[in-house]
Order: sequence, then structure tokens, then C-alpha cells
Amino acid sequence: MAEEMRIVLRNYGKIDPLKIDDYLAQGGYKSLEKARAMNTADLIAEVKKSNLRGRGGAGFNCGMKWSFAAGAQADQKYVICNADEGEPGTYKDRLIMENDPHTLIEGMAICAYAIGATQGYIYLRGEYPFLVSTLNTAINQAKEKGLVKDFDIEVRSGAGAYVCGEETALIESIEGKRGEPRFKPPYPPSEGLWSKPTIVNNVETFANIPVIIEKGADWYASIGNPAYPGTKVFTLTGDINNRTFFEVPTNTTIREIVFQFGGGVPGDKKFKAVQIGGTSGAFIPDALLDTPVAFDSMSAIGATLGSGATFVIDESRDIVDVATRIAGFFEHESCGKCAPCREGTARTAELMEKINEGRGSNKDVALLEKLGTVMSYSCLCGLGQAAPAPVLTTIKHFKADYEAKFV
Amino acid sequence: MMDYKEIIAQYDGKAGGIIEAYHALLREFSYLPEEAIAEAARVFKLSTAEAYGIATFYSMFSVEARGKNVVRICESAPCHVAGAADVVAALERELGIKMGESTADGKFALEFTECVGQCQATPVITVNGKPYLDVSPAQIPAIIAEYK
Repeated sequence: MAEEMRIVLRNYGKIDPLKIDDYLAQGGYKSLEKARAMNTADLIAEVKKSNLRGRGGAGFNCGMKWSFAAGAQADQKYVICNADEGEPGTYKDRLIMENDPHTLIEGMAICAYAIGATQGYIYLRGEYPFLVSTLNTAINQAKEKGLVKDFDIEVRSGAGAYVCGEETALIESIEGKRGEPRFKPPYPPSEGLWSKPTIVNNVETFANIPVIIEKGADWYASIGNPAYPGTKVFTLTGDINNRTFFEVPTNTTIREIVFQFGGGVPGDKKFKAVQIGGTSGAFIPDALLDTPVAFDSMSAIGATLGSGATFVIDESRDIVDVATRIAGFFEHESCGKCAPCREGTARTAELMEKINEGRGSNKDVALLEKLGTVMSYSCLCGLGQAAPAPVLTTIKHFKADYEAKFV
Repeated sequence: MMDYKEIIAQYDGKAGGIIEAYHALLREFSYLPEEAIAEAARVFKLSTAEAYGIATFYSMFSVEARGKNVVRICESAPCHVAGAADVVAALERELGIKMGESTADGKFALEFTECVGQCQATPVITVNGKPYLDVSPAQIPAIIAEYK
């Protein structure tokens, strides 16, 4: 039986987020002090050894990323917190920022010290205007107490563009441009914001840092799945008894997430599918529910962990209709910079609508599969590469539902 | 009411500040007037086309006049399955306009949006960014009345 373990949500409900003294009373900012007493190479080695991998979706080793920026020579470096969480079904970063903003600031300040940055940005999605003052209050309190004296943080608001969750699009947006992804390389740790070395990490990633410094890399690396250690915050939506959130070690299985923590499907209805990682995630059928949620285990079944958003649908749902709505989402959110995504998301939405309205055939499904496969490797950024996943996995696991709609 | 030039001037010299300036304009006018975009281009040393391109890229910005109170409803999958369509119908009924339109008195604009990050309580609508959770069609008249 899996149990909840709170690392990034350790202070949830225990402190007043607007009172820095509450955070200090829980041992807050001690990790920053400890980090600053270490030399930066040892500090980065510790983060690397913890094997903390990015919690924004890509799963890259956090300490490794920091080492690239630390090694880059530049007169200015930046630390950016990606607080753009735009994946439908996801609100875990909001929970962290709303309830414990200082843990984010402390994590960012540790990163700034490690790589030698003096300026930070929190790129906050435009849909969270009410969090601007919470974050600014916390930043000012930390400044006033002299806790982050060599490091300034500014909150910048997004304006409603899902693609800005992609790190280079986010950087473009902070620079005051259209949020279109850049060609990579160069990667942000060598050339990021205003062409300077930049670390972009997710809110949840930064929130893990103070605890790793406090308790040590070995402690962290021993939690959950060794290849993707630590915990993950999950948010549950859709046809599920407990529409809630929780934080569990990464060796927890999808079945435990849905049935133990989520309480299963309401009423007398049967489970049909679960989509993990937000709207770009794969739809997973009952037969694969015993998969652990860790990054690589999910990849092995053609799914992703992504943001940890978990969307459950019961047997009464029309999964083709849901996938059609999702295809519409990607058509709307494609930035249009690269042709495979711009055209691919539009044609996918068109074909899905055709099938959903009962005008499709096997030929259209074959086209969707071919198009989706090409998009998954030819699109410029993660948006286009992940966009076909909901369609391709519903075709794979729920083909009968498509066939039922054919002419 | 503040002049658009005064609003933009507050962000002059701020690197990448045009998006912040647009947010500030939105709070005052609810949309980005053409002359304000031209002024922003001048202040941030961009071509008018670039400034316009930024204004039209982000879904929260509008380059066309719209109602003062922007009511948005999420149409992402979690809200979709929770009955967002019924809430859309109730909003259209209450305001007497269709999605994407503004009321004749300039008080309300009705728009679709993607996820607003409140998926624990779907369907969700926002009014000027303030979220209303677990919204049912029956609640719509009372919510709209708050802004009349």
C-alpha cells in the first residue's frame, strides 16, 4: 500500500505563506545558509548525486544542468523559475506558490549561488494574477531579512500562451517577444536569456532543492524509483471520487494513484482510461495500470509522467470526443513557427472532427497515425512532438471506439 | 482614466517590458488600442508590426475593443467532461451574446480560454482573472450580477 510523502508540500497547511517567520520556524533558509558555506562545485555535485530530475516534464538531471551554466563564462547569468504551468489538469505549481512561496525562493537562491547568478525571474502564467502579490511579498520579506542579498528576483506575467512553458519560448517571452521556441542548440545553460547562461527549472524542481541540501543527496536518491528518485505531486481530475492532490514516491503505480488515492471512479461506472502528464499525455488503459509512475517506466509504455496531472474518464465517456477536444487545444496553442506543428495540429484537429462527427473511415485513422508519427520527431519543440500522443494512444488502445464512429 | 502614453512610459527602459506594459493597458482599457500599440513600438524600439505581432500572439491580449469585464470559460478536457457546455449556454443566455462577443453596453466580454489551473473544481470560469469554481448554470446570474 503506497503512502503519501510530502517533500515539496512539506509546509502545506502548516505555515502562513505570507509570514516569513513561519517559514523560518520550520527551518526555512537554513539550506541556503548551508549551501553558501559549501564551495559551488561540491554543491552542484550534491544536487547531481541526488539524481533529482526536472519536474517540468523533460526529466533532465538537475545538477547536470546546473553544472553547464556554472561552467559557462559570462559577466551575467540568470535563474528562471518556470511557473507557466499550462497543462490542462495541472495545478501543483500553484499549490506550492500559494502555500509556501519561500521554498521556491530558497531553491532559486541556492541555484543562483551554485551557478553564479545575481538575477532571477519567476515567469508566472497570466492565469494566476492573484499570485503576483504573494510572490512579491515573499521576495520582499526575504530581501528585508537579508537572506537573499546578492540575488534579485522579479515576477513576470505570461499572457495566455501554452507554448511559453517550453523553456526557450518562455525566455523569448521574458525578453518581450512572441513566445516562440528557439532552435536548440545552443541550450539555455550556455546561451539563454539575453544570450547569457540561464537555468530554467520548474517550480516543483526548485521546491525540492532546500530539502535535498538539508537531508543530503543519499537520502533523496533512496526515495522512490532509483532512476527518477524522490516524490511527485499529482493532481486528479475528471471522473474520479477524490478530485484532489497528493505527493507520493515515484515508485507508486498508476493503479494506486487512481484507485487508492483517487478512490476510483464514482457511481457504478467502470474505469475506462487515464491520461497522465496533462493534455499532452498518453491515454492509458486498464491493462497498463500497474506501471510505476517514474519517468522511464512511463516512457516504456509509451506514456509520460509530465506534470503529474491525472485525468480519469469512465466508461460512459466518448473518448474520441475527448481526444477531438484535445486536438482542438493543440491547434489553438501551436505557435506556428514550424510547419510540422502548425500544419500538423490543424490537420489532426480536422481529421478528428471528421471522425467524431461520423464522417470518417479507417483511411483517416491511418492518416492520423502517419501524421502523428512524423510530428513526434519533426516538430521544433515539445509542444508539437507531444501533441499527437493523446490521439495516437487512443487509436492504439481504444480503436473500437473510433470504428464505432465510422461511416 | 490614465492616458495610454503615461501607462507605457512607466515601463520605458525595462528590458522586455512591452508585455508588462500591455498588461497594464489591459487593466485600464480591457484591450490594446491601435495607437497604444504604435506608442509601445516607439518606446520599446520595435517596428509597429513587431509590437502588433506580440499583441496578437498572447490569448489574453485583444487588439479589438471588448467589454470591460472579461468573462472566460475553460474549454480544456477536465472542464469539458464536467459540463462546461451547459455553463457556456447559461452565460450566453444571461448576457444575451455569443461566445467571442461583447455586450452592447460595453460591460462584458465572453471568451473561451484554455486551462486556468483550478482543475480540482471543474467547470471553472474567470471574471477579470478571478476564478469561480465548480460553476453550475444556476450560479451564472449571481456571478454576473457582481459586476453589473
